Amino acid sequence: MSAVLTIDRAARDAIVAHARRDHPDEACGVVAGAEGSDRPTRFIPMLNAARSPTFYEFDSSDLLQLYKEMDANDEEPVVIYHSHTATEAYPSRTDISYASEPNAHYVLVSTRLPDTADFRSFRIVDGVVREEPVTVVESYI
Amino acid sequence: MAIEVKIPTILRSYTGGAKSVDSAGDTLSALLDNLDATHPGLKGRLITDDGGLHRFVNVYVNDEDVRFTGSLDTALKDGDSVTILPAVAGG
Repeated sequence: MSAVLTIDRAARDAIVAHARRDHPDEACGVVAGAEGSDRPTRFIPMLNAARSPTFYEFDSSDLLQLYKEMDANDEEPVVIYHSHTATEAYPSRTDISYASEPNAHYVLVSTRLPDTADFRSFRIVDGVVREEPVTVVESYI
Repeated sequence: MAIEVKIPTILRSYTGGAKSVDSAGDTLSALLDNLDATHPGLKGRLITDDGGLHRFVNVYVNDEDVRFTGSLDTALKDGDSVTILPAVAGG
């Protein structure tokens, strides 16, 4: 896996819009991409079953549907995103302990300020967080 | 008796990289014991110290979340499919 998140503007903007829409609850979702490509192409907003300003969890049957679909498409979750509504866009202790997709880029968006939205990306592997730069491209071609 | 068990990425180190393995058991509990015998350490990632399924691991039998079918007591039969998916959650 590379040490940078490359994402197209459409997906980035869709993530931020989702976070704004669900504020003050945390928003969450995935951007799937072809297995091994490291390219997030399919934006999939998910229901936050916790509906909480401080916690998120994919509903368990939504989660199964998502993984079955990705499996059928030979996709993997390239980006797993969620928002923080009152704190900074940095993984919390909870985020770190529950991160269980070692190949994913964990994207955090903070909606604590009304006019801006921080968008940051991290790798979380074996409990270790490493921030990575985000490169936003107009398209992947 | 053969039951297909789908393994999430994070647990494939216990299965030599295999995305799915076959196992057997009359209940989910028995299946996990059998899985652990052939792939040591796997069960410990799914069961807490008090013997129950970890809150943030989802297990499905034939696409049904076992929380609704009796958890570790869920009955299994030949040809069933078990899927393990860690929760996607955080705060």
